[in-house]
Amino acid sequence: MIKVEKRSDVSRSIYFLTPVLAIFLTLFGGGIIFFILGFNPIEALKFFFITPISDLYGLSELLVKATPLCLIAIGLSFCFKSNNWNIGAEGQLIFGGIVGGGVALLFYNHDGFYVLPIIILSGAIGGMLFAMIPAILKTYFNTNEILVSLMLVYVAKLLLDYLVVGPWSNPEGFNFPETRQFSESARMPILFDGLRIHAGIFITLITVFLSWLILYKTYLGFQIKVSGLSLKTAKYAGFKGKTMIIIVFMISGACAGLAGVGEITGPIGQLHRNISPDYGFTAIIVAFLGRLNPIGIIFASLIVALTYLGAETAQIFLQVPKYTGQVFQGMILFFLLGSDYLLFFKIKFLGLKKNEL
Amino acid sequence: MYKLFLRSLISALFLLGFSLNANAEFKVGFVYVGPTGDHGWTYQHDEGRKAVEAAGIKTTYVESVPEGADAERVIRQLAQSGHDLIFTTSFGYMDPTNKVAKDFPNVKFEHATGYKREHSNVATYSARFYEGRTLLGHMAGKMTKTNIIGYIASFPIPEVIRGINAMTLAAQKVNPDIKTKIVWVFTWYDPGKESEAAQALIDQGADIIMQHTDSTAPVQVAEKAGVWSFGQASDMQRFAPKSILTSIIDDWAPYYVERSIAARDGTWKQQDTWHGLKEGMVAMAPYNSVMGDDLVKEVEQLQKDLASGKAHSFTGPIYDQKGNILVAEGAVADDGMLAGMNVYVKGVEGDIPQ
Repeated sequence: MIKVEKRSDVSRSIYFLTPVLAIFLTLFGGGIIFFILGFNPIEALKFFFITPISDLYGLSELLVKATPLCLIAIGLSFCFKSNNWNIGAEGQLIFGGIVGGGVALLFYNHDGFYVLPIIILSGAIGGMLFAMIPAILKTYFNTNEILVSLMLVYVAKLLLDYLVVGPWSNPEGFNFPETRQFSESARMPILFDGLRIHAGIFITLITVFLSWLILYKTYLGFQIKVSGLSLKTAKYAGFKGKTMIIIVFMISGACAGLAGVGEITGPIGQLHRNISPDYGFTAIIVAFLGRLNPIGIIFASLIVALTYLGAETAQIFLQVPKYTGQVFQGMILFFLLGSDYLLFFKIKFLGLKKNEL
Repeated sequence: MYKLFLRSLISALFLLGFSLNANAEFKVGFVYVGPTGDHGWTYQHDEGRKAVEAAGIKTTYVESVPEGADAERVIRQLAQSGHDLIFTTSFGYMDPTNKVAKDFPNVKFEHATGYKREHSNVATYSARFYEGRTLLGHMAGKMTKTNIIGYIASFPIPEVIRGINAMTLAAQKVNPDIKTKIVWVFTWYDPGKESEAAQALIDQGADIIMQHTDSTAPVQVAEKAGVWSFGQASDMQRFAPKSILTSIIDDWAPYYVERSIAARDGTWKQQDTWHGLKEGMVAMAPYNSVMGDDLVKEVEQLQKDLASGKAHSFTGPIYDQKGNILVAEGAVADDGMLAGMNVYVKGVEGDIPQ
């Protein structure tokens, strides 16, 4: 018979080390998969994890890819820490992109230093408002925020489809589903010639710092943490639950909206139907891999971004299927959850007792 | 000074990357929007790639590349890792292709279905799929009992509208009572949406289903419902053996082989290619014998005439939905008009989504 027991004390250092363990196990598991596929595992892992970042361009691409993931995951950590399950960051990203993109189109052919800040701000507000829908429905009508936020992803996607096909489509674009390219004044400044890394990374770093400040140095952060640990305690302490739920959703939505606006004013430069390759969903993995901790999330976003780049280089150099990247992401999450389980629970193998036979 | 240093550092590293990766061997890269197993658009491009490989040229492909911020990186990586010619096979790669082409003047780029050739190393190519649609229209007009043709359309771009119009005109020629009903699915590949659309059209009385999307779902729905259908992009006969009358096949292989050899031998030039039945870029799968010998012969003759130029898909008089004349009697639409087509012809129901 097998018995599962909860562990009474979990070491804090091991708690933060398990993600590292999960990554090593993933490397090991990935090596085995490459071996079965007939590749030299060391060579293949090198193509997957080293080659993509072996030059400045690669490093810049890594940051380009990690920037939105990090931003969204930081926002999500507020929700997840306080037991609010916002699954719709993808929708909030898209809605932020729509609002920001709309403003960018409004300022088409308009110069001025104020254009970009207005766009960024409106994108953040867009994401924030969109995230308030599940929050308000949850607090006042007791709806399930998982379902509402998830379904709103489709609403945002369809709205974007409608806009880029119809009213916002490029008048000179032969009806292709995309808007005009934004003017230069509406684009994120590129940091280095020839690379795509843009000023959005500063927004991300500032957000990381602010979120650390809020989570660990303010009363709100304390409320969030207590509500996450025990809702009853939070109530007993007299915290205003409803306000807090709405605030964490607002923060989360604003971060996702910023990520959306960063993508469209950064590497993309216009609105079309594919402004996000499911960043909002991948960021959920990032948030948990980073232990909902701002510093952890920075590292997690870099690692997950690397699995995307690695999948591309592995495809180019080894011709392995694109989906190996997703296999790696899946493995990271699997090993993380697996080691978490063993971290929090003890498994006891007991001999069969006579009377059970 | 600092910026200058940084710039030279970056270019030095770029060059280093070049010298490490680039070897003398000539390589061709392909960027696909879908999985190679879609049995439609991407599948056919990959068949073309295999033909290049069979001609003794090394190839690489990257599949399911989203048309967003990732496309530029993938194209750039192919250019950087020593590929000499790169085919980017979806419209959404237009701007990224041109952007990367600027930075790699020694690499040749071929972009499918686009219209931007901003640098001398970018060529564009597409196929006159509408010629195949004319043949489908002829068969549909003859085979329908309900006089309703169901058409699943992807995006309201000229290429798709051209197909709808070519099909409707050909069907009207043999059956003046024909009506074309359209469902816009706003996707190139979504088996779920495509099958719902097919079912909705069948429910509205369509007994012919055709699609300008990439999956095999519509023909499978048609097979189940017992209505006629046509395959798109590749021969889909095995997915609906009873229902499919024929398929329009995109045959990229000869073009890919020709261009790859030209690039290898140094004779590659920028051009805009628009090939059809004549050159074989558009081909037809075997015609289903249930149509009867007479109809098959008619269609085969029409196919020959379209290929030889004796017949044209858009021969006047052509009227728009309101009855205004678009192409005068006896005239044919020129390529400019075809390239920018954005109105339905008479007989198509509904409005173009704007």
